[in-house]
Amino acid sequence: MAEQEKEKKKKSRKGGKDDSKYVIYLEGVNKAYSDANGVPALMDINLKIKRGEFVFIVGDSGSGKSTLIKLLLRELTADSGKVVVNDQDLTKMKHAQVAKFRRTLGVVFQDFRLLKDRNVYDNVAFAQRIVLKSEKEIRKNVPNMLSMVGLAGKYKAKPKQLSGGEQQRVALARALVNKPTILLADEPTGNLDPRNTNDIMKLLEKVNENGTTVVVVTHNRDIVNTMQKRVITLKQGVILSDEEKGAYIDD
Amino acid sequence: MINTFFYTLGQGVKNVFRNKWFTMASLATISACLFVFGIFVAVVFNVNHIVKTVEEGVSVTVYFNEDVEQERIDQIRELVTRRPEVYRCDFISADEAWAEFSKKLGENAEGFIENPLEGSENLQIYLNDVSKQGELVGYLETVEGIRKINKSELTANTLTGVKAVVTYVSVGMIGLLLAVSIFLISNTVTIGISVRKEEINIMKYVGATDFFVRAPFVFEGIIIGLIGSAIPVVVLYYLYNAAFAFLQSNFAFLNDFISYVPASDVFIYLAPASLLIGVGIGFFGSFFTVRKHLHV
Repeated sequence: MAEQEKEKKKKSRKGGKDDSKYVIYLEGVNKAYSDANGVPALMDINLKIKRGEFVFIVGDSGSGKSTLIKLLLRELTADSGKVVVNDQDLTKMKHAQVAKFRRTLGVVFQDFRLLKDRNVYDNVAFAQRIVLKSEKEIRKNVPNMLSMVGLAGKYKAKPKQLSGGEQQRVALARALVNKPTILLADEPTGNLDPRNTNDIMKLLEKVNENGTTVVVVTHNRDIVNTMQKRVITLKQGVILSDEEKGAYIDD
Repeated sequence: MINTFFYTLGQGVKNVFRNKWFTMASLATISACLFVFGIFVAVVFNVNHIVKTVEEGVSVTVYFNEDVEQERIDQIRELVTRRPEVYRCDFISADEAWAEFSKKLGENAEGFIENPLEGSENLQIYLNDVSKQGELVGYLETVEGIRKINKSELTANTLTGVKAVVTYVSVGMIGLLLAVSIFLISNTVTIGISVRKEEINIMKYVGATDFFVRAPFVFEGIIIGLIGSAIPVVVLYYLYNAAFAFLQSNFAFLNDFISYVPASDVFIYLAPASLLIGVGIGFFGSFFTVRKHLHV
């Protein structure tokens, strides 16, 4: 407890704000797309996620989940309000700073987004090269990561030689190899069968136990209901509910 | 930083081989454009050279009144030489004129003891630009002491016409070539980029800087540009020499009228120009196409 207090003081001295214990902090966020005739995608979103949390964001298509993820990635900027991720105010961030900021995040998508012409090893090593790690470190870190996701034996395979579940593990290894503080997973099991879904969710849980904050966007009712984590439900651009150990809410 | 340079350079080289179809399409496009460009430049060089040779041979000849002193002739020569359109002005004495003419007569000239061309000393005036011939003649008509002006109006007018046509065709062809090249190259790049859009996206999500994303593409573009310009230059060099040899042996009668520009004189300009254009197309093509996708 004393340790946490110290950490908190250190942070508040550094940032001078009391929102710094949150790795994700949204306050009064609004976002509308210009081509949607001003119909807002998100309205007055207030959201705080602490370091080390495991959070599900659920909702139907059109609920604003994707927009929310894009705001967190700084792929989009909010029309108004405040978006702070890893102590960085994304609403004020310049384009040139975005790359550095994204290195503090790990991202996984439904469609895996692997470089198809490169093998498993290179796909993971790629993330390390971007942060200018030496080849020596890369040769140590990448195999470690691949064995963590259970793919140590397939480092030479090309993505198309792998099953969906395996491809998602590669994507996960790539997202985690730079030791991000937050892992954002956008429908990570959307293209997977139930068995692979379970395996990926177990991996995410393991990542979370190692201290990484995990945010999973999904509409898979079963995993939300069985895992008993915090669940934030979005509907038509507003937060419908936000519950610890929540469940999937049906219409 | 040095590591990044070599890594991105290496990726650029790998990209060339990874995307074989894109590489082939881009190479073919750049090569084809520069090939046509090269042929065109070679033709223009030779036409200009031929026109220039003929032009240099066209002269205006001025004869003097019989009572004119050598001093006045020198004065006139001085005045004419100073005119901007005049390239060269030679004084031909009566003896020189006879010597030249008797060479043409050969044996028939032997009977003469005195110079039959006495009083035919003249000025041979060569022009920079034959289209100015009328202007010069107009001026000469106002000069005192001149008896007669010989000019070749037909040759001058024809040459002026040829030069105008060459200029218009040059400008037209360059314009057309440029338009076609831009269309072909932007098409190729657009096809290529639709494949790469995903790759750029992934790079950006993982946290690659704009430089890191762009550098391999730009290197790739430069490499393709270099190869794509080297191919037509090498091919054209051999073709040019072959055409040169062919014309000289099969159309030998032309050799008296026409001289061709040696390959080295054409390629000393054409090779660097082509390489520069090729690399420029590769660099800017990739630079700007990638830029469109960087703001993710």
